[in-house]
Amino acid sequence: MSTETKVTAALDLAKIRADFPILDQEVNGRPLVYLDNGASSQKPSVVIDALSRYYQNDHSNVHRGAHELSNRATELFESARTTAAKFINASSEREINFIKGTTEGINLLAHSFGRKFLLKGDNLIISELEHHSNIVPWQLICAEREVELRVVKVNEDGEWDLEHFYSLLDSKTKLISTAWVSNSMGTINPVEEIIEAAHKVSAAVHLDAAQAAPHFIIDVQQLDVDFMSFSGHKVFAPTGTGIFYGKEKWLLEMLPYQAGGEMIKEVDFGGTTFNDLPFKFEAGTPNIGGAIGIAEAFKYLMNLDRVALQEHEDAVLELATNLLLEIPGVKLLGPRNNRAGVVSFNIEGIHPSDLGHLLDAQGIAVRTGHHCCQPLMKRFNIPGTCRASFSIYNTKDEVHLFIAALKKAIIMLK
Amino acid sequence: MASIKEIGQELIEEFEIFDDQMDRYEHLIDLGNALPEMKPEWKTEDRLVKGCQSTVWLYAEAEDQKVKFYADSNTVITKGIIALLVRALSEQKADDIIAEDLAFIDKIGLRAMLTSQRSNGLTAMIQRMKLYALGFKNAAQ
Repeated sequence: MSTETKVTAALDLAKIRADFPILDQEVNGRPLVYLDNGASSQKPSVVIDALSRYYQNDHSNVHRGAHELSNRATELFESARTTAAKFINASSEREINFIKGTTEGINLLAHSFGRKFLLKGDNLIISELEHHSNIVPWQLICAEREVELRVVKVNEDGEWDLEHFYSLLDSKTKLISTAWVSNSMGTINPVEEIIEAAHKVSAAVHLDAAQAAPHFIIDVQQLDVDFMSFSGHKVFAPTGTGIFYGKEKWLLEMLPYQAGGEMIKEVDFGGTTFNDLPFKFEAGTPNIGGAIGIAEAFKYLMNLDRVALQEHEDAVLELATNLLLEIPGVKLLGPRNNRAGVVSFNIEGIHPSDLGHLLDAQGIAVRTGHHCCQPLMKRFNIPGTCRASFSIYNTKDEVHLFIAALKKAIIMLK
Repeated sequence: MASIKEIGQELIEEFEIFDDQMDRYEHLIDLGNALPEMKPEWKTEDRLVKGCQSTVWLYAEAEDQKVKFYADSNTVITKGIIALLVRALSEQKADDIIAEDLAFIDKIGLRAMLTSQRSNGLTAMIQRMKLYALGFKNAAQ
């Protein structure tokens, strides 16, 4: 019985790998081991084919309705929105906006929420572990609106210092924006607790789900989160795609982000009225092909046994962590447990960029550097780390190749 | 003393021996380790090469109409790259350094590494070395 189960699981993984044609290649004379999924994931054939099919058969502009191709494109585009709503369990398509990536989602929110709801004397909370894209837009809008930007400290293990968080939260807090999963450490933040605490003081919560969406089953209604942004290209979809979710009650009140075609109801020099949701936040011709691609990626994931996938991903990450910790001089950044998809580390006496070069020479793709988290690197007084980030298609065999290559690199560098 | 072009050719031939990328890196690391030590007091803020991901110090002195370079880096691979440049350009005449196109760099089979360095580090290092040469040339006139 157990043997049979194992065989089935192994076969499934081989099938998943076969769904991603790019993985089957050699780099520097060795099989590619792609462990840079935190930067961007690879694309399954179904996504690549959907893009190609759309451009070969169905492309025109959307929401114009005068002819067959436009109707087809509109139908595909709007059904992509329905698929996206289903992927995160939004209560309506009106709460789904297509964006070009997490960065745009955060800028949209900073602009549209900030200029409507942030008033002088208010405060907004982020944390030390945020990606630059969840820091800089808030610095700009806070300066503009004369709002205080408060930063939650992280502890030695790279986790939110909740005591500090509660000391920063007050009745003037309007919004909390944080990563669900840290891109540089993989830390899973206690988002349920953060959301519950925020709502007690009537503050809204935005989750940067860029690193969470590739790994977790998302239910925005169960989370009761107010806003969420994530990129498509980290979730097996094309680059330049992403999802911005907002509760309808907020979106109705928020100001438009960009202005132009699509987002208007009626334009008159005496005054313009804006379109209904979700079009209010989608000025100009959208990335139609990208939306079709992202929906295909969501369908691909939803057709898999996601609980089994998550168990597989956790097992691969656990193996990598255990084997890393056996190497002398290894120091993890972030918590030992409670991580998703990422293991970030340094080796005593070795610069991470040297490791990156020598791993690449052996066909292993990782990322080295500050991971767009300079404040966090300063907090830990390090120039950067070496980050291996895993996806559904990575195997335990690849972990062993990675560790062997790492050991070889260490010998050369010491 | 061999010319810059001749040293460049030597380097191409040295790296050609290796089929494997790891062996090329090993050789590069050896070149870095063989760099003459740069005195700690020379590692000052104004000798840092800006634009490098890693920390690179570069210093030069004029000796008998020639420019002698000293360099160091906090990363092993970058130190190897700067060692390549020092080997080719050190103890050469300022005019020759200024005129050199360093075409050999593209031919030593470390494309991936050099590509990642190109936009930020390598160009900045070469520029700094040429600026030293230009400075000595102007001072001598």
